[in-house]
Amino acid sequence: MTTQRVIDADVHCTVPNARALFPYLSEYWIETIEQTGFNGATDNYYPNGSALSARPGSVPESGPAGSNLDLLRSQVLDAQNVELAILNCAYAVDGVKNPYGAAAMASAANDWISAEWLEKEPRLRASIVVPSHYPDLAVKEIDRVGGHPGFVQVFLPGRSERPYGNRRYFPIFEAIVRHDLVAGIQFGGAPGVPPTASGWPTYYAEEAVGMSHVFQTQLTSLIAEGTFAEFPDLRVTMVEGGWTWLPSLMWRMDKNWKALRREIPWTTMAPSDYIREHVRFTTQPVDAPANPKHLRQIVDQLGSDDLLMYSTDYPHWHAEEPESILSIALSEERIQKIMSENARAWYRLT
Amino acid sequence: MVMTATRPESSGAVRPTLVDGDIHTTFASSAIAKKYLATRWHEYYDQYGKFGYQGFTYPKDTPNAARHDAFPPEGGPPGSSLPFLREQLLDEWGIDLAINNPLTHSQLNRNPGFSEALCQAINDWQLAEWTEPEPRVKASITVPAEYGEAAAREIDRLGPNPNYVQVLMSIRTVEPLGRPKYWPIYEAAERHGLPIGIHFGGHGGHPITGTGAPSYYFEYHSGMSQSFQSQVISFIYEGVFERFPNLKMVMIEGGFAWLPPLAWRLDSHWKRLRRDLPHLTRLPSEVIHDHIWLTTQPMEEPDRPEHFVELLEQGNLYDRLMFATDYPHWDFDAPSDALPKIKLPDGFEQKLFFENALGFYRLPDVYQRPVTSR
Repeated sequence: MTTQRVIDADVHCTVPNARALFPYLSEYWIETIEQTGFNGATDNYYPNGSALSARPGSVPESGPAGSNLDLLRSQVLDAQNVELAILNCAYAVDGVKNPYGAAAMASAANDWISAEWLEKEPRLRASIVVPSHYPDLAVKEIDRVGGHPGFVQVFLPGRSERPYGNRRYFPIFEAIVRHDLVAGIQFGGAPGVPPTASGWPTYYAEEAVGMSHVFQTQLTSLIAEGTFAEFPDLRVTMVEGGWTWLPSLMWRMDKNWKALRREIPWTTMAPSDYIREHVRFTTQPVDAPANPKHLRQIVDQLGSDDLLMYSTDYPHWHAEEPESILSIALSEERIQKIMSENARAWYRLT
Repeated sequence: MVMTATRPESSGAVRPTLVDGDIHTTFASSAIAKKYLATRWHEYYDQYGKFGYQGFTYPKDTPNAARHDAFPPEGGPPGSSLPFLREQLLDEWGIDLAINNPLTHSQLNRNPGFSEALCQAINDWQLAEWTEPEPRVKASITVPAEYGEAAAREIDRLGPNPNYVQVLMSIRTVEPLGRPKYWPIYEAAERHGLPIGIHFGGHGGHPITGTGAPSYYFEYHSGMSQSFQSQVISFIYEGVFERFPNLKMVMIEGGFAWLPPLAWRLDSHWKRLRRDLPHLTRLPSEVIHDHIWLTTQPMEEPDRPEHFVELLEQGNLYDRLMFATDYPHWDFDAPSDALPKIKLPDGFEQKLFFENALGFYRLPDVYQRPVTSR
C-alpha cells in the first residue's frame, strides 16, 4: 500500500508526565505540582503495559508509547508514506475535577502539542485538549488556540458526565463550528459515572469492548437532542470506537424515530440521514467479521462511501495489518476514498 | 412466499405452530396483589411499596407504555384481564403458547425482604390466575435478582413445576450481570434446567447509558440495546458460560442486529487482551452462539429488506431467534406483519415462529388448542 496516498485520521501522542508540561504551566500550578505531588491528568484510558496500548516496538527508551516523535515518524509517517496525520492526545483532563486545574492542564497540553509536535513535523495536524466537563472553560480554550492552523479538531472523550447532545454542551459545539473545527469524539473518558447502565464491570477488556456502545449512545444523543439541528454545519468524527455496529444503530434509531418523533420534533430527518451528513468514523479498530463478505455487506449497509477514514490508531494495537482486511473486502475506489480522500474532504486538508 | 403466521384452522390436540416469547401481565388491583402477598408485607406494600431508585423520569409515548386499545373493558391496567388477553391476543392471532413476563422488576424495590415477597406473590399469582385457567400462558419465575441467595431459593421452590419455563430478570441491574453476586441465580437455574430470560427495563440506580442520563424517552428506548450489549460483554468476559456450561439465556426485547458486530468485537479484543481474561478458554462468538438466544420484538427493520437477510447470515441467527409480540405494549409486533416482505431462507419462519422456542423452553409438543370464535 505504500504507493497509495494516505491520510491517517488517528495517531496518538502521550504527555509523559506533568513535568513535561512545566514550560507551559503557570507558577501556581508548577508550585502545586511540586508541593503536593499532584501529577496532572493521570486517569489512563489505556493501561500502560497492555498490548492494546502499545504495539511492539512503540515504547521508546524513555517515556511511554506515543511520547516520541521520531518513533511516530519511522513507524507511521515514513513507513506508510503518510501525507498527513491527525494527532490526538488522550490527556484525561476530564478526570481532574478541579475546574481550574483541568483548564490549566489542557492549555499546557495544547501548547506542548503545538511546540513539540506541530512545529517540528509539518505532516501533523492535531486535536485541541479541552476541559469538556466545564463547557465554559472548554469554550475559552477553543477560542484561545482555535485560530492556530495546526489544530483541526477538538478532542471530546467518548465518555462524558452527560451524553454530548445535552444542551449543556451546546456552547462547545458553537465554538467548534465558529472556528471551523471538527468535534472528535474519542475512545476513553474519565467522567466518574459508570461505563455501563449497570455499573462498573470487572475487567478492562469489558470497558474497552463496551466503548462501542458508548459511541452508540453519543450518536443517539447528538441526534435526539437536536445538536445537528442547532448547528447545521457541525462535523463530528467518531475516533477509535469501531463502526461495524453502525448499520444496526441506524436501523434502530430510524425505526424509533418513526414511532417517537413527536417527542423530538427538531429531529426533522431520519437519524441515519443525520449520521451520513454530519458524522465520520476512523477505521481502527475494524472489529472485522471472519468472513470478508460480511464486512463488505456492512460497508454497503452504511449507505454511503464517504463515512470511513483510514487510521492506524498508532501506537495502539488492534490488529496485525489493519488495512489488509479492508483491502480484501472492498473495491479499489472504495479503498482510495477510505485511505485519503474522505479525510481530506472532511478536514478540508490541502 | 412472503411469510406470515396464519391463524390455525384446527382445534383439539395439535402441535403448537405459533409461540409468543414475550407477553406482559400485571395485577388488576392492589387487592389482587395482597391476596398473594405474605400478610407481613401488606402494610409495607400500602405505605412504602415500590421504593426504588429516583431521578430518572421520562414521559413515555403512551399511558402504561401500552397500546391505546389494550385497556380491558372491565377496567384495570393493560394486561390485567385474562378474558381480554384471550380475545385480543391469543384467539385474535392464534397464539398457541405465550411466555408471560410480569415486569415488576425486583430492582424497583430496594428492600430485600419485600422484593423477595413480591416476587413470590407474582409467581403464585401467575400460576393461579393465568396458567392454570389458561394453559396457553406459561409462567416465568421472577426473582429478587439483587439478592442471589434469595433468588436461588425461589428458583428451588418453583423450579420443579413445569408450568414455569424460565427465570426472569431485567437488563438494568446494580452490577453487571456477569459479576459473582448473581452466580447463585445461574447455578440454581442450571440445576433445574431452566433458561434465564433477561428483559428490557429494570433499574440499577445508574443512568441508562455508560455516559450519563439522556434527556428523552427516544434515547431511553433506543439506548436499551446498549444495555443489552454491556450485559452480554459481562456474561462473556466474566466466563459465566464456562462456569455454568449448561446455562442458556434469552435476551428479550433488546433487538438483535447489534449482536453480530458485538461478537466480532469481543473476538478481536479477546485476542488482544487475553492477559486480562485468562479464565476464558473459548472464542466469544462461539460461546454466544451456544448460549444466547433472542426474541424478535422489536423487529429489526432495515430500509432495504435484503439487509435483514444478510443480518441473519452474519450472526448465524437462524436457530436462536424467537418470535414475540410484546403485548400489550405500544411497540407490539403482529405475527402477520413482523417480518420484512422478502424471501427468507427455507425453514426460517417455522424456526422463528415455533421450532426454536419449542427447543429452547420446556414446552409441550402437543397441547389442546381450544375452539375459538375467530
